Amino acid sequence: MDKRDVVASGEISAVKAIVINAHKCISCNRCVEICQVDALLPNPEKGKPPILQYPGECWYCGCCVMECPVEGGISLRHPLMNQADWVLKSELEERGRGSVM
Amino acid sequence: MNHVNWPYPVQWEEEEYVESDLLVLGGGVSGCMAAIAAAEKGCDVVLVEKGSVRRSGAGGSGCDHWEHAATNPCSKVSPEELTAAMLDDNDGYNNAISHYIECREGYDRLLDIESMGGKIRDSEGDYIGALCRDEKTGFLFAYDCENRFTLRVWGTTFKPAMHRRLKELGVRIYERVMTTSFLTEKGQIGQRVIGATGVNTRTGKFYMFNSKATVLCTSRPSRIWLFSSAYPGLSEFRPTQCVGDGHAMGWRSGAEFAMMEKSVRAEFSAAGKSYPPYGAGNNHNTWYPASIVDANGKEIPYKNRDGQELHNFSDRFRPAPNQKFFLMGGNVEEPKYEYKGPEVYPDDEDDHALPLYADLSSIPEIERRIIWGLMIGEEGKTKIPVYDYYTKAGFDPSKHVLQCYGSGWKSASFMPDERQLFGLSGGFMNDWSLGSNLEGLYVAGDVLFASNCFGHAAATGHYAGRHAADYATRAERKEPYRFQVEQEKLRIYGPLKNDCMTGIDWRELNEAIAKTMRLYCGEEKRDDLLNVGLRKLRAYETDILPRTFAGNPHELTRLLEVHNILTVSQLILHSCLARTQSSAPLNFFKVGRSFEDEGKLIVLSNTQKGVQNREVPLDYYGSLAENYERYNAGYIRRRHG
Repeated sequence: MDKRDVVASGEISAVKAIVINAHKCISCNRCVEICQVDALLPNPEKGKPPILQYPGECWYCGCCVMECPVEGGISLRHPLMNQADWVLKSELEERGRGSVM
Repeated sequence: MNHVNWPYPVQWEEEEYVESDLLVLGGGVSGCMAAIAAAEKGCDVVLVEKGSVRRSGAGGSGCDHWEHAATNPCSKVSPEELTAAMLDDNDGYNNAISHYIECREGYDRLLDIESMGGKIRDSEGDYIGALCRDEKTGFLFAYDCENRFTLRVWGTTFKPAMHRRLKELGVRIYERVMTTSFLTEKGQIGQRVIGATGVNTRTGKFYMFNSKATVLCTSRPSRIWLFSSAYPGLSEFRPTQCVGDGHAMGWRSGAEFAMMEKSVRAEFSAAGKSYPPYGAGNNHNTWYPASIVDANGKEIPYKNRDGQELHNFSDRFRPAPNQKFFLMGGNVEEPKYEYKGPEVYPDDEDDHALPLYADLSSIPEIERRIIWGLMIGEEGKTKIPVYDYYTKAGFDPSKHVLQCYGSGWKSASFMPDERQLFGLSGGFMNDWSLGSNLEGLYVAGDVLFASNCFGHAAATGHYAGRHAADYATRAERKEPYRFQVEQEKLRIYGPLKNDCMTGIDWRELNEAIAKTMRLYCGEEKRDDLLNVGLRKLRAYETDILPRTFAGNPHELTRLLEVHNILTVSQLILHSCLARTQSSAPLNFFKVGRSFEDEGKLIVLSNTQKGVQNREVPLDYYGSLAENYERYNAGYIRRRHG
């Protein structure tokens, strides 16, 4: 393969995995450098946020979030089917007392 | 999503030659500790890591508890007692040497990590008054708090601390380099290991590492039976890139393996079937001892191993009457009666409205903060994907209860053929130096057979690093054999030459391997089907591998990983064929074969004459304390005076 032909091909992924807030991102690429699977690529345009090129490979370790110097600059987005449910304990107790069925 | 021009230099024609006394492959917990131990002895060390050392490996993003620290000043259990329990609990199918090292030296490693800047005790007094806090040391214990051999730790601080220490010691670190094969003397299988090859995951550059000794510290295999190209990540227990590269390299070079026939029905896995590890309601491990309530808010009581109900919260941390100690928190691995701890038994489901929920709201506030904050916060990968994510989404453990989705600590019910290498799975056979059968190759952490957690990785890494450094001082350097290097270059760069329109993608091949393993190597093994599976995988190797395609160094890395998964899958099939009887402790069921336990390790290797195996008695390690002391006199003298 000719080196000039080397690209990262685009594809539509089933999951978003990581969301970068373009307004908050300072393009320091710390998330790129900590990501163990290189899910993120540095943006070829200087000053622009990294590109989530391989979202399907994300392990959701959250190290990118831990490294980000800006609160809310980067966050995870769990697949819908893996979002666990919780309820108020008081609701269960009410149900137990028969007031809610 | 757009096509992006590759942002890194493309260097796949370039070759870099790197010489060192000691080569450490894998920069996770065990690799870092191996490199640190050797460098502290004055050894010239090179460390190779596929990701970025600061957070790489299965323990890179955290660890909440450190097991089997039997020599900590509060422990009431000796290393010998604890190792004996781990052996007995698995009918001898465990790695006595590595777990004895864990029990004997794990606490030394904790102190080392603390000296590097890792946090191992409640020095700020955030948890004064907690049930399992030792006032004198500030240590917080988990599970059996009478016997105090498992510590709660702030594991997110550990890897960055180790990384700093490596740099202070002048260890030369090669990051974003995937190790691909061992270099052996004369380029022959079964010969002394004299280095390794590698490929840069961003540039494609080729590396030739030449060393006097090598420590292999890569991960255990994964993605063997279960893989989903759409949902590989969140519910997986070990990192995407940790697929067992070292196992595959070792098998191709003639290393010996034990217990590779063992697999368990999946507990957490790819394919998104489960919930995030530690992210669904349960009362085990990190969540121990959360209360469990039914859908009417009715608490299901904890009972001890004799079925006696435990009324006080503090009783959940105590062994039963006449029980010396218990293992772990909640019966994660179904321990024997002797080692079984307090547990919730929803035995009569008719009494309970489903689903069940984990309830932290009713336990003491300080204990709630320990579980939701310290434990869920520091464990494996919980800080961001569970603690932070759930908190931001509104979960308040003082009010909310979290739904349970499976039995025990699991959050899904897997099928019998959906399997995993989990809970003391197979790996490299080792001797008392943590040497493999290949001269010059030492093994630590998750590549060892019957490995487990962070403490085991750190202790065995340090130990293997010391022994390999000693070997390096007396070993001669050997030049790599050029033909072996060229063959490896042909193998690894082959996929770049194929056509992107017709070439086979790494994900397609991974799915196909996984399906083959589910079909022919499920819960019940039959030799005829195992052989069909083996033929299928061999066909993938000869017919499909030459047709795989990678368009850039990143895709090449993923593809080389799947080559490794293909190799490891064949190793598993060979191991399943080699064991002729069923074995309950190995979770190994061969149709029509009785459970008369042979009581032997079947050790396999790939030799010039084909796959060979030999039987090794389970107690091949001999006397633990005696052998440990014989092999580590210098360490004992230096460390303990």
